[in-house]
Amino acid sequence: MADVSIRKVFKRYDSVEAVRGIDLEIKDHEFVVLVGPSGCGKSTTLRMIAGLEEITAGEIAIDDIVVNDVPPKDRDIAMVFQNYALYPHMTVAENMSFGLRLKRFPKPEIKARVDEAARILDITELLDRKPKALSGGQRQRVAMGRAIVRHPKVFLFDEPLSNLDAKLRVQMRTEIKRVHQKVKTTTVYVTHDQVEAMTLADRVVVMNHGVIEQVGPPNELYHAPLTKFVAGFIGSPAMNFIPCKLEDAGDGLRVRLTGDYAFPVPQARVARYRPHLASPNLLFGVRPEHVAESRPHAEPGIHPFEVGLDVTEPMGMETLVYFKVNGAEVCGRVSPTAGAADNARMRLAIDMNNMHLIDDATGMVL
Amino acid sequence: MADAVVTPVTEVRRARPKPRSRLRKFFERKSTIAFFMALPLILLIFTLVIYPAFYAIYLTTLNKRMTATAWMKNCTYLPDWICTYIPFGNLQFLLTRETFWMVFWQSCLFAITAVIFKALIGFIVSHLVHNIPAKGQRKWRGMLLVPWVIPAAMSTLAWQWLFDPSYSAFNWILAQFEIERIAWTGVAHWARFSVILVNIWIGAPFFMIMYLAALKSVPDQLYEAAEIDGANWWQRIWFVTLPMMRNIIAITALFSTIVTFANFDIVRVLTAGGPLDKTHLFATWSFRLGIEGGDIPLGATVSLFMVPILAVAAAFILRDITRRGNEA
Repeated sequence: MADVSIRKVFKRYDSVEAVRGIDLEIKDHEFVVLVGPSGCGKSTTLRMIAGLEEITAGEIAIDDIVVNDVPPKDRDIAMVFQNYALYPHMTVAENMSFGLRLKRFPKPEIKARVDEAARILDITELLDRKPKALSGGQRQRVAMGRAIVRHPKVFLFDEPLSNLDAKLRVQMRTEIKRVHQKVKTTTVYVTHDQVEAMTLADRVVVMNHGVIEQVGPPNELYHAPLTKFVAGFIGSPAMNFIPCKLEDAGDGLRVRLTGDYAFPVPQARVARYRPHLASPNLLFGVRPEHVAESRPHAEPGIHPFEVGLDVTEPMGMETLVYFKVNGAEVCGRVSPTAGAADNARMRLAIDMNNMHLIDDATGMVL
Repeated sequence: MADAVVTPVTEVRRARPKPRSRLRKFFERKSTIAFFMALPLILLIFTLVIYPAFYAIYLTTLNKRMTATAWMKNCTYLPDWICTYIPFGNLQFLLTRETFWMVFWQSCLFAITAVIFKALIGFIVSHLVHNIPAKGQRKWRGMLLVPWVIPAAMSTLAWQWLFDPSYSAFNWILAQFEIERIAWTGVAHWARFSVILVNIWIGAPFFMIMYLAALKSVPDQLYEAAEIDGANWWQRIWFVTLPMMRNIIAITALFSTIVTFANFDIVRVLTAGGPLDKTHLFATWSFRLGIEGGDIPLGATVSLFMVPILAVAAAFILRDITRRGNEA
């Protein structure tokens, strides 16, 4: 069990800078998920913690010991790979105990640890099989078992669920969370799937172009993103961005999307937004669930408007409606009974209490 | 009126197809098509493999002038009335010859030593090449393949000059260190050493290229997993590389054993079997007896003797491969 500190870490390949100065403190027992699009440097960061990649600049410390020059085997970490990386010629038990056997643990101790891990992962009856005879989900469990038996200071997961089919992925996601509740080892988990990040993490680290965009608990990232990238990356369907202008409306402010649509900014935010009154590149951001069908009774901050829908997508529990405002495609979520139909006109309502205002020039949420 | 015209036509149509369709059905059957598709290969194997093989067996039963059958005689374990009706006189003659057993031993020594060293050198060199950055790798791979690509008879000729007792490079180097000259191809054990050395030089690149391909097919993540598990470089080779390459190693070794055992050109050019038959292999000795010595049935018998030995080797190694065939 250990803390992991990443301080001003850079990774440069020949001409590419994969990681550009990231700082991150991971606390003991914490489950941290690095998430971002491919090529954002998240896997490189993980591999630097593992010791599989050299650190160009900065330092990484595990338990306050700088490990920059410590080989992987002496860092006391365990890693689960995307392709499982099980040794095909060894049985499940041999795969799991390989690290312990190399470290010359006594046989009864090895057996006890393997049995314990197999029990946690529910793979006891598979111990004598070869990886070839296992399904994808079972292989994933074995790969996790191989990590657990080592009782390492840190678990590292490198996109462990990407090779599984959708149903199994959801199942294994729960499994990983369950195992972490039992084993409680500090965990760093890399994924490109924001749903995995949201569901698993104590804290999510959103990375883009080699830098950290934002670090925080899942709900904070969802409701209070700091940058346009985080706002757009977290959440599915993604947040709508509509070019807008900020207008003075006496004691308040108004967001004007087009000639047709202008909505008052909630009073609580007026002071915050007023300095940006003249900004030329403003984006209005709103999540689909805050664009819903209009209700008969008025609520503060919720403003009805009428649009012509382009496409509707019934999802069962809700219907997604798409329409265009000011050239931008906008997605809304309405009740399946609200009567949305392709190419029909519909009365929707926007929840301005959950709006975001983004300066498109800097990419920052205001 | 119209009906009357139409009816006989349909009758004719109905009656005719029957005999034709039976033949067509035969040709449309999957097994028939398969047979015809395989026919060229079957013919090829018959003319180039099966016929010569049986002809060789037939040859072994003839006497030196090929005018009569070479019956066995004076068998130790069989009564004479059976013995004298077995047409393996040549075989009986060979098995009682000391030279035959020497050639047998020499062939085994040659094949086994050469294959072991070829495999070892190929393994080491393939690792070296594998660790060269991808940019320069092609160049090195190409250069290392040269010994294998040059016709063996030609490169062996060059080696013969290197081994020349009076003017060769090797002996010149030895002379610089004031070590006595070596008659490389003149003394039995040095001649055997030279022949094996040349074979290793020619054959190692084949192992190198096969092992390199095998190395490239081992996923990097296995090494990374092993590294995190605490394996040092030797343990990574022992627990990851070797098990992953097992099948390629076995197949390559088998293939090379067969080719090396049946080697002809190197010995023929370098020592011609000498000194005193001490470097003869089955193939070269068979040539010496059959073509040069004019006793074709005896030569055929010698060459035929390789079949059971190699068959046993092949069976052993191939059985092992099918047993763990699809492990990965």
